[in-house]
Amino acid sequence: MREFFYELKEGFLISLRAIRANKYRAALTTLGIVIGIWAVVLITTAINGIDGAFQRGISALGADNLYIDKWAWFTDEAWWKIRNRRNLTIEDYYQFKEQAQLPVATAPTILTQQVVKNQDKSLENTLITGTTQEYVETTNFTFSEGRFFNEVESNSGRNIVVIGNTVSQNLFPAGGAINRSIKIGGQNFRIVGVLAEQGSFMLGPFNPDNQVYIPIKTVFKYFQNRNNGSVTINVRAANTQMIPDTRDEAAGIMRRIRGLKYSEENDFTVNQQEALTQQYKQTVGIIQIVGLFITALALFVGIVGITNIMFVSVRERTKEIGVRKAIGAKRRTILMQFMVEAFLICLIGGIIGFILAYISSEIINRRVLPATVQMNSVIIAVVLSTLSGILSGFFPAYKASKMDPVEALRYE
Amino acid sequence: MNIITIEHISKIYQVGAEVVHALRDVSLTIDKNEYVAIMGPSGSGKSTLMNILGCLDTPTNGRYEFKGFNVSQMSDNELASIRNREIGFVFQTFNLLPRSDALHNVELPLIYAGYPSNERKERAKQALVDVGLGDRIHHKPNELSGGQRQRVAIARALVTNPAIILADEPTGNLDSKTGEDIMTLFHEIHNQGNTIILVTHEEYIAEHAARILRIKDGLVESDESVEKRFIPNTPNYKFR
Repeated sequence: MREFFYELKEGFLISLRAIRANKYRAALTTLGIVIGIWAVVLITTAINGIDGAFQRGISALGADNLYIDKWAWFTDEAWWKIRNRRNLTIEDYYQFKEQAQLPVATAPTILTQQVVKNQDKSLENTLITGTTQEYVETTNFTFSEGRFFNEVESNSGRNIVVIGNTVSQNLFPAGGAINRSIKIGGQNFRIVGVLAEQGSFMLGPFNPDNQVYIPIKTVFKYFQNRNNGSVTINVRAANTQMIPDTRDEAAGIMRRIRGLKYSEENDFTVNQQEALTQQYKQTVGIIQIVGLFITALALFVGIVGITNIMFVSVRERTKEIGVRKAIGAKRRTILMQFMVEAFLICLIGGIIGFILAYISSEIINRRVLPATVQMNSVIIAVVLSTLSGILSGFFPAYKASKMDPVEALRYE
Repeated sequence: MNIITIEHISKIYQVGAEVVHALRDVSLTIDKNEYVAIMGPSGSGKSTLMNILGCLDTPTNGRYEFKGFNVSQMSDNELASIRNREIGFVFQTFNLLPRSDALHNVELPLIYAGYPSNERKERAKQALVDVGLGDRIHHKPNELSGGQRQRVAIARALVTNPAIILADEPTGNLDSKTGEDIMTLFHEIHNQGNTIILVTHEEYIAEHAARILRIKDGLVESDESVEKRFIPNTPNYKFR
């Protein structure tokens, strides 16, 4: 056992000397692993970032939510059949709320797009959600200032508004949006609340950060005839386990409200966050796997490069191997020496690659998407570079260990 | 007691389609504290014999006993262990590790033998002092002269206190004056009770030994003690 550690230490010393003696070659070889680890860590970080953003978005909107809607998010039905469905009305909502026992919160929403303005600053096509005070109960919203509108404001259809964080930053770069007045579709609205950042760029315009919320009655008053648009009913289940029951109850109640006969199909859909998550996993998941595969290929090319250079190194040092064997190096000693050398090259490459990945992810984090290198990336980098070292070092080292000392000593 | 006993060994190589009988039938014994020179023209089989004696190679047939152990049956790792502890090699081309200093080169066999670092350093230093290089321990091979390099190699061979020193043309790459210095060193090492096997093709080098073994065509041609042995008279080193 003691011999083993001395031999290991000797292996490290010799490898460091060999690497130092061939700086340029070692640097070029390492580059393959640097790029490989860099790519793998970066793509892992990006995947984590995208997943995280998606999950945050989903949870800000309420992960256990159901959406009763005229429209189906994902369906095999012909689009015209769905188009011909009757709209859901605000009266449908009131009846539903009355009868539903399982949801912890419900709220009607209706969407419209308007220009939002603060004097000369304006945001085109901003998504306006019209809803009631109940809406905030169906979400996990947090506020940086103010509050959501209350029941009185909601019922009387006042000109008040809760704005998303990004909207606030765009219209009031200096802050202090609360109690200020903005114009939505030409009407004056007073800001009663500003949302804290919900951080879910994955949802695009549906991201609460980019939206404003006003009472649903106000929407009917200014922007939409109450018979025109279709209302979506947000339903929050008590927890994930309760989703199926809550969904079945909702479907039953809605069939009654809509007066459907046994033979008739639903003329509404109970949409689920889960369906969104599934869809996300299907599309983004494939892209992620392809991305990982391509970066793994880059790493593989790096490994092949190191294997190649290790074979050269073994050949160059044939005589040295002969001498070492003559003075008592066992097979495993020689095997270990070259494995250690490959391992060191890969470890150095891994560390550099990881540092590069860290720096570039910080840049991406600021410019493109929230992606911070996490602990698991460190583990991935260490494990991958160790594995690369073992993979790339084994065959050359094995060849070296099998050399006949007589032949090796004779080699010039 | 005999250190080496060889009985009817032969070595056959297959080179392409040709079968080479490098050694046909060789038997010999070497005692403790002998000083034997092995001579022979190239192709005689003396290198093969040396490789077998040095446990770098095993005979095709026959029996080789080293200190009572049957070497001809040993595995690669057991042979490595014998080489490490019992045999000190000195090569014509020195064969030092170019990137390591003298001390580390001498330490190397002790690393493989599993000695702790401080003991290794102490013994390696002492071995270098013994061969007259006490002031060169941190020099790399390319900072040393040919004679100094060979003395580092001799220190490396001696450091494990091996049963035999096996020197293969140790003066072949040195000028005659330096060669003579090295032979003087071998003489002193022999006087300290070590067993030396010297492979050479130079008659005047062989005459430093007490016994000359001549090999020809894979057979022992003659095996006799040297009558007019050359004894160096001016020892340069304080070899212990």
